[in-house]
Amino acid sequence: MKHLQTGLLMAGMVAGAATMAMTSAQAKEIVVGMACDRTGPTQTVGVMLCPAYHDYVKLINSKGGIMGNKIRVVEIDTQYKVPASVEAYQRFKKEGAVVVALWGTPMTQAITSNLNADHIPGTSPGFGTAAAANGEKYPYLFPMAASYWSQAGAAVTFAKQELGGNIKGKKIAFIFYDNPAGREPIPVLEKLAALEGFELKKFAIPPPGVEMKVQVQDITRRYRADFVISHLFGKGPSVHIKEFKRMGYPLKKLLSFVWGAGEADINGAGGWAKAQGYNALNFAGVGSDYAILDEIKAMYKAEGKDAPEAMASTVYYNRGILAGAVHLKAIEMAVKAKGSGDITGEDVQKGFLAIKDFKLGGILPPLNFTDLDHEGGGWARVFRVEGDNFVPAGDWLRGYRDVVIEMLKAE
Amino acid sequence: MFHRESGYFNTTYKADMALYPLPIAKFAIAAILVLFFVVAPYFLDEYYLSIINLVAIAIVGALGLNILVGYTGQISIGHAAFMSVGAYTAANLATKLDLPFWLTLPAGGAMAAFIGILVGIPSLRIKGLYLAIATLAAQFIIEWVINHTPTISGGVAASIEMPPPEFLGKELVNQAELYYFLMVIMVIALVGAMNLIRSRIGRSFIAIRDQEIAAEIIGINVFKTKLIAFAVSSFYAGVCGVMYTYYLGIANYENFQLITSIDYLAMVIIGGLGSILGSILGAIFITMLPIVIRLLMETFGSIFVDDAALAQVIAQFRLIIFGGLIIVFLVVEPDGLAKLWQNIRNYFRFWPFSY
Repeated sequence: MKHLQTGLLMAGMVAGAATMAMTSAQAKEIVVGMACDRTGPTQTVGVMLCPAYHDYVKLINSKGGIMGNKIRVVEIDTQYKVPASVEAYQRFKKEGAVVVALWGTPMTQAITSNLNADHIPGTSPGFGTAAAANGEKYPYLFPMAASYWSQAGAAVTFAKQELGGNIKGKKIAFIFYDNPAGREPIPVLEKLAALEGFELKKFAIPPPGVEMKVQVQDITRRYRADFVISHLFGKGPSVHIKEFKRMGYPLKKLLSFVWGAGEADINGAGGWAKAQGYNALNFAGVGSDYAILDEIKAMYKAEGKDAPEAMASTVYYNRGILAGAVHLKAIEMAVKAKGSGDITGEDVQKGFLAIKDFKLGGILPPLNFTDLDHEGGGWARVFRVEGDNFVPAGDWLRGYRDVVIEMLKAE
Repeated sequence: MFHRESGYFNTTYKADMALYPLPIAKFAIAAILVLFFVVAPYFLDEYYLSIINLVAIAIVGALGLNILVGYTGQISIGHAAFMSVGAYTAANLATKLDLPFWLTLPAGGAMAAFIGILVGIPSLRIKGLYLAIATLAAQFIIEWVINHTPTISGGVAASIEMPPPEFLGKELVNQAELYYFLMVIMVIALVGAMNLIRSRIGRSFIAIRDQEIAAEIIGINVFKTKLIAFAVSSFYAGVCGVMYTYYLGIANYENFQLITSIDYLAMVIIGGLGSILGSILGAIFITMLPIVIRLLMETFGSIFVDDAALAQVIAQFRLIIFGGLIIVFLVVEPDGLAKLWQNIRNYFRFWPFSY
């Protein structure tokens, strides 16, 4: 018995020593946290966006990781709830995440102060308050995509292009979901209306944001808007395409913000044939014609699998690629600067600021982060329904950047 | 649980009415206090403390709802709206007037209680499902008012950043510091509720629940008592909202929507209507079960599928298991977890000589 005990002890010690030797020889594992909504009210986006993030990380890991350091994603489904998101954030912190992807405007607001206290950078592409893009005030929050203010600037620029370069005296209608996120672009639009001399009229859609017959009738028949900018969520975009179509309004003169830009919105409106000409803003490229997507398909093919189903939504899938790509680029910059995989959130924050003209073969706008501008430039691109596809209507654009920056500083 | 009750004879009414008539119960309470106030914060990681924090907040809210629904028998689906009243009151007072937490907490509760009384007025005339709809209206009206009144909501974003609570000149920022803050408030709320229930007012709540006409005949002012129930319940909701606001660092109405009201109703129904212990167990169940299921699935799920696919599996299965367990527990014991606990206790009381 005694011998057995000693033998077991010895074996245990040898095994322990062996594992220790192995872990020290291995490169460091870098942890990233991702809050995701796969089962809550924004699940239609989450089930496309989150797999894309995983795919991008898998692709990088299959190529050996970042300078030999593998990336591990800790994903937590928060169901778009604030307390669950705070719990998720604490979990990411416990796991040692060096960067976290947040999800949802109120959740981002709740976690922002934690990010600054814990020195962990967090990202909020396409949501969160626009004022949060001010990196001097919120050093650890990176919206890394056009905020609603920047989208408003881009929308007016596009309207100006479509209306022949001069919008003085033109009538522009803004139809929006009546919640804080929906109202956020209004200050910018009002400023631009004064600056450019166009007439702005606002039409609020009360929650749940799916009944808008009256407002659309008002816009098309009574107000007779020259151009319509819309900012709706969930099922709202589908409904408004249908309603504008029914009123015989040319969809070419309708531009949606980024959450009305998905394939599902077009299908929900009755299919591509019915939505011809509809415009939507995007902060990541749309379509499957990008080298990075081919690489992911090739990776799956090498494993003998089909391309993931989520790829069918090129809009949301590509936004997930944006999140993954920018995170991993920032980590790469941090690892390069540090010379090893032993990085902290502070290093990654500096890594974000070191990103210059990151385009990833055109699927992203040329992203540049500065101490003040954590949006990466505030780029957006209009995609238009033509045939069975979204096709780009013009290049990446950012409108009235000076106005937006001025507001950022003022906030 | 494993103690004997024989041999203790109370000779005064006071001793008979004590919260803990048996010495062992006093020791048990002391042990639980030591466990949660000394041992747990010392050994547990900040992450686990943050979960306990969430549970503590939920307990306060559930206690408030149970006073109204469980003890007085007045159904309310507007509980989350009262929380938002408390949250925004406290946030405004803390940011505009720089008031400390020991003023914002009762002020948030008091404001919620005031609104609660207004919402409770219809309860004199309508009952049951009709009252549920009236409180549902309150949920939407309060939400709309906050959303559209910049002086309350703090501007377009409808969210106010809350400064951290300050105790003796020290800001309580991380989860470990907030832990003591929230736990102390929870204990005060708990002791308050336990005492309220065995007071004259608490007994009149129960009388109204059991038979309103009979209660009126024996001299209970039904109107007044119902409004007190609404006020106390909303006060608890308001305090719960303030706790959320300090915990999250923002007051935001999107955190207090209808779904949150339903969550709290689920807590008191699963925990046990008309039971203090039930409120606690229900709050623990609804708050922690999704987290526990996820942790278990993360640990064992990776045996079957790879990490990326697991994320999708966990998200979906968690809901199925969560819903399934709610049904299981309600079928096993419709009177809630508190009754289940009581059954277990009763079984072991006579064990091994149960008949």
